[in-house]
Amino acid sequence: MTANASTNAKIDATPAEMQKIENKPKNGAEILIQALQEQGVDIVFGYPGGAVLHLYDAMYKNPIRHILTRHEQGAIHAAEGYARVLNKPGVVIATSGPGATNLVTGITDAMIDSIPLVIFTGQVATNVIGSDAFQEADIIGITTPITKHNYQVQDVNDIPRIVKEAFHIANTGRKGPVLIDLPKNISNAIFDESKANVPDEVYLPGYQPTYKPNYLQIQKAIQAISEAKKPVVLVGAGVLFANASEELVEFVEKYKLPVVTTLLGLGSIPGNHELNYGMGGMHGAVVANNAITESDLIINIGSRFDDRLTGDTSRFAPKAKIIHIDIDPAEIGKNIRTDIPIVADAKEALKSLLKNDFKAPDTAGWIDYLNNMRTEYPYWYVEDEKEMLPQQVIEMIHTITNGDAIVTTDVGQHQMWTAQYYLQNHSHQWVTSGGLGTMGFGFPAAIGAQFAKPDKKVISIVGDAGFQMTAQELALLKEFNLPVKVIIINNAALGMVRQWQELFYESRYSQSLMPVQPDFVKLAEAYGLKGYCIRNMDEAEKILTEAINSDEPVVVDCRVKQLENVYPMVPSGKALHEMVGVKRI
Amino acid sequence: MKRVITVNVINQSGVLNRVTGLLMKRQFNIESITVGHTEQPNISKMTLVVNIEDDVKLEQLIKQLSKQIDVLKVNDITDKAIVLRELALVKVVSPPNLRLEMNAIVEPFRPQIVDTSKNVVTYQVIGHPDKIDAFIELVRPYGIKELTRTGVTATVREVQQNFYDQPTLSLLK
Repeated sequence: MTANASTNAKIDATPAEMQKIENKPKNGAEILIQALQEQGVDIVFGYPGGAVLHLYDAMYKNPIRHILTRHEQGAIHAAEGYARVLNKPGVVIATSGPGATNLVTGITDAMIDSIPLVIFTGQVATNVIGSDAFQEADIIGITTPITKHNYQVQDVNDIPRIVKEAFHIANTGRKGPVLIDLPKNISNAIFDESKANVPDEVYLPGYQPTYKPNYLQIQKAIQAISEAKKPVVLVGAGVLFANASEELVEFVEKYKLPVVTTLLGLGSIPGNHELNYGMGGMHGAVVANNAITESDLIINIGSRFDDRLTGDTSRFAPKAKIIHIDIDPAEIGKNIRTDIPIVADAKEALKSLLKNDFKAPDTAGWIDYLNNMRTEYPYWYVEDEKEMLPQQVIEMIHTITNGDAIVTTDVGQHQMWTAQYYLQNHSHQWVTSGGLGTMGFGFPAAIGAQFAKPDKKVISIVGDAGFQMTAQELALLKEFNLPVKVIIINNAALGMVRQWQELFYESRYSQSLMPVQPDFVKLAEAYGLKGYCIRNMDEAEKILTEAINSDEPVVVDCRVKQLENVYPMVPSGKALHEMVGVKRI
Repeated sequence: MKRVITVNVINQSGVLNRVTGLLMKRQFNIESITVGHTEQPNISKMTLVVNIEDDVKLEQLIKQLSKQIDVLKVNDITDKAIVLRELALVKVVSPPNLRLEMNAIVEPFRPQIVDTSKNVVTYQVIGHPDKIDAFIELVRPYGIKELTRTGVTATVREVQQNFYDQPTLSLLK
């Protein structure tokens, strides 16, 4: 990777001149960059503009790696991809007004999926805030419901404290996005260190997340697990945020507990682990959903019982006692009744469960039952003589990469197929937009993931429609020679919308087909990248192997069958056991 | 059911917006809200009267409010022994020939007359919201020219009877 030359420019100065520069009083922007460096930030994603000119000038003088995307939405999704893969805050900078509002989708996405981000937006000068000035937007008002917390800096001397607090809030407890709005005059005001009040340790009286589980609640959980006949461990992204995959695997192996994961919990246990019964929910595995329905004890670790997982909440796990371990107390009892609530960090909770040696439940019969069901009801598709199926493409990507690549997706059919067929070997290699279901997320997220892990293979599996929402970021692949592989599952349609219209609206495909698509190969070439087009399985193996194994960025347009549906499926409003399309027809 | 909830917050710009926005986003219906300083500098107290369907929603409301970084403490004081007060200013049409009669009728409510003119009297009445409702109904036939209410503020009494019999909300059931 070659860094942007301008951001790496060094000042050509003698030591004496340097001394002078260092002693010069710093302005807000310079202090902010310094505060970022103190937080260990080595890369930021952003887009300049009038209100952040001081900030960008400070960055020019004091280089911090800045990635200039082609749209602010690209910057924030890249930061999300970065944060997911490294499990630390991604940093975003945008200007006031339109720059800030272009971030809104990404902020909401990060909020609902608990992704740690620290976002800086420029703002018009304090003396004109509220006067509808040029490029003014009330970004504090706009982002209050979609951030974990937000700040508008009113005093330049508050900058170090606010930055420190923002990183603390974003990356502790239930993680999430924190926005700092920086008026232009504040970023140019002279900083006075004697007036800065920076605590060594951040202390916020109204924010004290609980990490350690309550002893009595753990004892109750232990008793329930010992007595269970059909236990299921339901794993969500909380396990990944807590870096608790190892503890999870140790725990379920020790007590022989079957595992079902959520969409965002994928990767917390290896995809091919014998105790992993796959993803539950709307397009989850038959065995996973049946395990939940038949279970007499659900041990939910770090999942928020999202409606796409639960189906009809009144008939979710009807026979089960429910243990819910979550770091956010507000999630407990929100969607599903809870018998044993445990407010704790997933890692701490698993550690204390492991610390106690207790009687393992007898799950042999239950596991046999589940194993049979897993064999009987695998994910399935019917090969088509003429057309290539999306599932086949994803299976092939899995074979070529051996399940080791970082995979990012948008939302929709290709996302579900990737979740079903791309079994992951490790944690933190799965980057997808879960709660918000954001089209246009996957490709920029892959860029962020590649910056986070320059040596890892990063594959962005996207739909033809979603890709076109953020395709302009192709320029970054060229500029930084990022070897991201963009695999477009091209069915010339909004696949999931079309599927629902087929199933529930008598195939009235209202505005869900896109008969005119760009030539994605030429589009790639326009950005100076290599493009391929695959039309059938004969071509697929050769081209995909070549494309994925190359060291360069590539775009692969996979023309797949348009009318393929994602199965199995829990229709909207139905309970988990009321799946359709469970078996190959 | 109507619940009275007090929220102690760090007095920062945007915190009221955060609290009311949260209630709107989660579809809670605010009946009244009052905010003011407390005995501690930088800490304000809000008193909310909210209409809530059931205990699950109530638990959610309390947890969601508590989750806000600037919120220090959330209490549902409905079932405690509390002092609940509201103030109303009621401008009533009161021609001189009726004024004595009116003053006699409203006397049990102990309102204060805070402004008068030839044909209009402004009463200030303080008390439990039910009392204020009753007062308003009483003077309505005379013609209310303008009515303004502050919303409820409340404080918990020092002595609580049957403290341990109070229904409490807890994670540890």
